[in-house]
Amino acid sequence: MKDTQQKMKLSTIYRKYGIIIILVILFIASALINQNFLKPQNLLNILKQISVVTIIACGETMLIVSGMIDLSAGLVCTTSMCFSAGVLVATGSVPLAIVVGILIGMAAGWLNGFMVTQFKLQPFIATLAMTNVAEGIVQLYTNGKSIGGVTKIRFLGQGSIGPIPVPVVIMFAAVAIVAVIMKYTQLGINIYAIGGNEKAAIASGVRVNHEKRKIFTLSGAFVGLAGVVLMARLMAGMPSVGDGYEFDAITAVVVGGTSFLGGIGTVTGALIGSIIVGLINNILNLLHVSTQYQLIVKGVLIAGAVTIDMKTKEDKKSQ
Amino acid sequence: MIKRLNISAQVSNDPVKYLAELVTGGEILNNEVVVELRNIRKEFPGVVALDGVNMDIRAGCIHALLGENGAGKSTLMKILSGTYKNYDGEVIYQGREVHLKSEKDAIDLGIAIVSQELNFVPELTIAENLYLGREPKVHGFVDKKKRAEDSAYWLSFMGLDYGQDTKMGDLSVAQRQMIEILKAVSRNGKVLIMDEPTSALTGMETAILFDKIRELKEKGIAFVFISHRLDEVFELCDDYTVLRDGQYIGSGRLTDIDQDQMISMMVGREVQEIYPPLTSAAGRTVLEVKNLNSEGVFENISFTLHAGEILGFAGMMGAGRSEIARAIFGMDRYDSGEIRIDGEPCQIRDIRDAVNHGIAMVTEDRAEYGFVGVRSIRENVVLANEDLFTRHGILDGPKIQKNVTDIYERLDIKAPGIDTLVGTLSGGNQQKLVLGKWLVRDVSVLILDEPTRGIDVGARQEIYRLIVELAAQGMAILLISSDMPEVLSMSHRIMVIANGKCAGELSSKEATQDLIMKKIVEVDRNYERHSAENEA
Repeated sequence: MKDTQQKMKLSTIYRKYGIIIILVILFIASALINQNFLKPQNLLNILKQISVVTIIACGETMLIVSGMIDLSAGLVCTTSMCFSAGVLVATGSVPLAIVVGILIGMAAGWLNGFMVTQFKLQPFIATLAMTNVAEGIVQLYTNGKSIGGVTKIRFLGQGSIGPIPVPVVIMFAAVAIVAVIMKYTQLGINIYAIGGNEKAAIASGVRVNHEKRKIFTLSGAFVGLAGVVLMARLMAGMPSVGDGYEFDAITAVVVGGTSFLGGIGTVTGALIGSIIVGLINNILNLLHVSTQYQLIVKGVLIAGAVTIDMKTKEDKKSQ
Repeated sequence: MIKRLNISAQVSNDPVKYLAELVTGGEILNNEVVVELRNIRKEFPGVVALDGVNMDIRAGCIHALLGENGAGKSTLMKILSGTYKNYDGEVIYQGREVHLKSEKDAIDLGIAIVSQELNFVPELTIAENLYLGREPKVHGFVDKKKRAEDSAYWLSFMGLDYGQDTKMGDLSVAQRQMIEILKAVSRNGKVLIMDEPTSALTGMETAILFDKIRELKEKGIAFVFISHRLDEVFELCDDYTVLRDGQYIGSGRLTDIDQDQMISMMVGREVQEIYPPLTSAAGRTVLEVKNLNSEGVFENISFTLHAGEILGFAGMMGAGRSEIARAIFGMDRYDSGEIRIDGEPCQIRDIRDAVNHGIAMVTEDRAEYGFVGVRSIRENVVLANEDLFTRHGILDGPKIQKNVTDIYERLDIKAPGIDTLVGTLSGGNQQKLVLGKWLVRDVSVLILDEPTRGIDVGARQEIYRLIVELAAQGMAILLISSDMPEVLSMSHRIMVIANGKCAGELSSKEATQDLIMKKIVEVDRNYERHSAENEA
């Protein structure tokens, strides 16, 4: 009797913290494998490297939990970055550049939401279309060339508050904001409900289309913010950077335990997922593993992490 | 005789051969025990779902498996159909112990389940669905000709007149169910488990289904029949087994027992009257519906609903009752007409409008519209009352805690706590939540669409008591129900709806099942005559 109780407790812990356990194991393993790993500079570097993708993942979490997805996030991020850089070069105003960057993300998000709610397009299709539009606009605007001369925004990308790099601070702030939204607001309840059972949400009186546009627009704000941070880190608007970030963000969200079926998931999970991916990249770099092998290892580890996570959830279900 | 039907019996794809075996073989003796379940015990972590359960399933007999929700019926059937492979006890199939490790094992033995959620591919045709995964082949390609012939044969065998090239998705629920049964039978099915087969059928469709089941039973097929409708059980079945809280309570022939005894076996206590007495209703007019029309769905619907009154909507499924309710609740649009609340005409464009006007509705399909299964009781209650529980979009935690706990305790929802996921509750408790989520707010008109479908006697009683209590407090209640005794016992007034039209209004004193049926038939006849004239 006592035995089963103990066993149950262990499995409960594992279920609740499964993804954290994976993170801890990876962390310890990395520390043992390479002595440079534990250096504060290296650890902060990991966080800095994942900051942009994690900010995108904040928006992506809200979308995936509500049963939607945004494939355009990467290129919209690029668009924001380039326009923000352009505005900064033209006006020299950092606040204006930040606002423009975020607004572009929001506009693209709203349009995605509009297509989804008005034309009843699948989010997958609507945002795929947006990807092409965004890419076209970026190329038209930049002619394929980087926009330099944006040193004024250096602090946002290269500075630090205390020992913590600014992009990392922004990333944690974004995660905190989304965590609060999802846990303590009406919108949060609706995000989970729409993803869990859209019809039931409608029958409970939720104006689902309105909420979906809101979610897309809000997610777009994070994509825009990510664009601004990316620009500040690179100190340029680069039309070739950003493509594919949406998949890194989606990876982080899914590794973090968010269900693709909707209705289940947290943004802190996405953060942990993002850190796991960052850790793997980092340790492989430290070990001088070539990029080709890195990709393969990453793929296997992602599949493994999600499998373990799903297994533990299944156990929970069968109880 | 047992050895001929050995376990490794070839699954016959040839209907003619199979049927000959089935009908003229004479080897399957009716009343012979096909499956014996002995001392079945199934444990989930922390819970004993079944303990010491016995059941004898006889060929050519329909065996009712009875018990309240959560009694363990589904678990037992999942063991028999191979879904759960870890259990203690014995499954004896035709005298031999077998351990089913997968659904496929069960199907190979001839045990098939026709469940509430039917398994079919809507985009494929009947023939394609019937032979899915076991298509007859020539030279490695699907032998479409043979498949067509065989399918046609099986359809005519069941007396079904739908074309085999019809897509499954175009069939009605009842028709799909027939195909599912046919699929099981054509796979050499000897034991068919029917899990709540009638819950979505009209009276007519149920009658047809029962005829087919009886025909198949005559041919030696054994049925396990799970239903909450005891009338049906007594009409159709031969044997019964009762479970309660995972325990075996008893079994026997249905001829040796009456409904009251059965209910007390299921519930574990004497049940006198399942319907509570109604309090008198003579309140002000709350809801007035005038000439409500929706083209092709319903026409000229007018009625009034008073505070404290329960108005029953009787009629057949598909008569337009739910559609009328959905229009009032803002789920569907209507073309013309007027809805007044407390004398004020109001525009209801969507559900939020309806809710703001004090209208609430418990929809017909619980799982589809009623709740978000992967979220908690707390969140589901908040979802329907966001305006009350938020200030500037921020949730009011303490208020939510208090109100949801109140509802949870008042309705006696059986769950570990308010953070339990709704999907893990039993049907009855889910329904209590679906109703209860509206009780946080000031509801003046409550629409209940089939509020007790698919839930057990105990939970039904609780819901009836709650309805009467709410009416006594002055709520105006519109009760839609296809269950005649329910609508007769629970309404002050009854409106009969047939073919989208009001077929008459009856007071609870004059209303009888016969009278309601008569009204329905009158409208149908008029309708037929009318359309005949139109065609002429």
